[in-house]
Amino acid sequence: MIRTPLRPLARILRARDVGENPDAIERENIRLRHEEMRDKARYRAEGRLLVLAVAFLAGFITVGARMGALAFSEAQEPRAGAAGSRIVAQRADIVDRKGRILATNLETHSLYAQPHQMIDKERVAKELVAIFPDLKEERLIKDFTGKRKFLWIKKKISPEQKQAVHDIGDPGLLFGPREMRLYPNGKLAAHVLGGASFGKEDVRAAELIGVAGVEKHFDEALRDPANGGKALTLSIDLTVQAAAERVLYGGMKLMNAKGATSVLMDVHTGEIISLVSLPDFDPNDRPRPPTEGNPSDSPLFNRAVQGLYELGSTFKIFTAAQAMDLGLAHSETMIKTAGPLRWGKFKIRDFRNYGAELSLTKVIVKSSNIGTARLAQVIGAERQQNFLRDLGFFEPTPIELVEAQGADPLLPKKWSELSTMTVSYGHGLSSSPLHLAAGYAAIANGGKRVVPTLLRQDSPQDGARVMSEAAAKESRTMLRKVVTEGTASFGEVPGYAVGGKTGTADKPKERGGGYYEDKVIATFASMFPAHDPKYVLIVTLDEPVETSGPEPRRTAGWTAVPVAAEMIGRVAPLLGMRPEVEPGALAGITLTSN
Amino acid sequence: MRSMMFLLTALAVIGLAVWAYRENYRTQDVISQTEQLQREIGEARSRLAVLRAEWAYLNRPDRLRDLAELNFDRLQLLQLRPDQFGKVDQVSYPPVERIDFDGIVDVSSQPLGEDFP
Repeated sequence: MIRTPLRPLARILRARDVGENPDAIERENIRLRHEEMRDKARYRAEGRLLVLAVAFLAGFITVGARMGALAFSEAQEPRAGAAGSRIVAQRADIVDRKGRILATNLETHSLYAQPHQMIDKERVAKELVAIFPDLKEERLIKDFTGKRKFLWIKKKISPEQKQAVHDIGDPGLLFGPREMRLYPNGKLAAHVLGGASFGKEDVRAAELIGVAGVEKHFDEALRDPANGGKALTLSIDLTVQAAAERVLYGGMKLMNAKGATSVLMDVHTGEIISLVSLPDFDPNDRPRPPTEGNPSDSPLFNRAVQGLYELGSTFKIFTAAQAMDLGLAHSETMIKTAGPLRWGKFKIRDFRNYGAELSLTKVIVKSSNIGTARLAQVIGAERQQNFLRDLGFFEPTPIELVEAQGADPLLPKKWSELSTMTVSYGHGLSSSPLHLAAGYAAIANGGKRVVPTLLRQDSPQDGARVMSEAAAKESRTMLRKVVTEGTASFGEVPGYAVGGKTGTADKPKERGGGYYEDKVIATFASMFPAHDPKYVLIVTLDEPVETSGPEPRRTAGWTAVPVAAEMIGRVAPLLGMRPEVEPGALAGITLTSN
Repeated sequence: MRSMMFLLTALAVIGLAVWAYRENYRTQDVISQTEQLQREIGEARSRLAVLRAEWAYLNRPDRLRDLAELNFDRLQLLQLRPDQFGKVDQVSYPPVERIDFDGIVDVSSQPLGEDFP
């Protein structure tokens, strides 16, 4: 660097000539030099400060980013820590109430092809068809010779099939590990379990997702690794379910019904011990939902939960129970049953003429529509609606099945007095058999609301009271009498004191406009033992016909009741109930006085 | 004195370094051992899962029912019905065995000639 001289000779000589002080030039130059030095020092200091600030900023960003990353990321065990949860299967098992497996995972393999690595494409296609007869040879050859570089051949194959494919020995055929969902009991409890299928797929693994039933309802919990593979315990009992399915299937065939369903429920805990809907399917090979026709005819349709039916006379006991709860009547109150009962253009008739009047007990025992309709008129629309709402008939059942949420009961659009009268004997309001089970359970357990559940419970539900203990007890006595002396006489099972109510409802036409003459829904809603009920059983048959007599019989007393009785006789011992002698009514003391 | 201190410090550092070196390798050994064990546990678990699934499959109610029907001649298994419940006093227990003494037990306090009942 060239320094400017403080006393440049040329300027000094010139200044001397002019007579100025040459020192002034020196001072001026010194001043300029100092200014320059000051600027330079300042500039350097500023630069240093900037570097330091950048360094601090980088430090803070690093610390902040690390803290953020730690806060947001999933906590991971150090390498030495036990990585136990990663070892367990990716989807938890489902077990019944006693721990028997209903659904589990099995390691299998998937088969895929990379055609560009294949050597003898025709031979491979031919041999694959020999192993998997459902594959088409032409289709495979077309896929192999086309532009595709990858294609799935089979999503899951058995070890034997894997060995057979391995023996083909072509480098273009490859296997990937797969976990598949296995339902070892086949069709058992198919509608409860639903089914599972593959979600996102990769060569190395595939996601297992639930598609229906509890598998879908609890999908997140079953897949959550935080649960550590803890099995989901249902309230279903495997043996009871198997027995119920067998009896119901036999009953359905015997009564020439096209469908059948049964619900067995614990009246105190609300646990569903068995839930059957026929026809059923195999969840291991879940059929595709039908694209045409009535979806309720598909085996996938869960009649117990999704099926909304007018359940007929089984509703009468609710009317009677409410009337007794409100103090409007007691079991011996006489009610006019002379028919037909006219309301505008509408006439209410009985199955046969029961005379001028009947006691309330007899109205239930003989199942008089007129009697219950008159009772409902006294109760009134609002009180009736509130009572049915308390029993859960106004909303979908909160059971843990995805299908249940869509089954919203069909209520009368305008709740007129006529609706009140028809609903009192079960027409005009469509609900699922599960709704009915919950309603009957409330009567059975002494008047407390019960919410049906599919998870095992350890303690009874303590629901809101919907009717008085006394009204519930009277209702149970009536239901018992329906079996001992009324329409459900085939329902007697020695030792189990069955009480229940039959219901035969004509099926409404799908396109509207009235009811079928010869198609009915026959229901038997029962509880046992009637003096201290533990379980409620609902059996519903769709279009049953009993043909042993001279003319076909369709009433529930001839169709649903014998099936239910057989089921109780089969299932009650499995539930650990020993037959017992029914406590008789206390001998009445007649007060006499002189 | 000072050089002695330096020497001791240097020795201590060397000792600690050797210890740390060996600890490091031992830790890595143990870690790979755990991983091996965990792999084995994983294999055992998947084997167990398969066995459980097989057990459930072999015990499925359909199969048991068919087996009971096939082997009815030998086993005579029937469905559980209400009339199969019994009471305790219906059970014919084997008679209680009587204990007979066939000789005199030699007990010093026993008077001569007296038998046990």
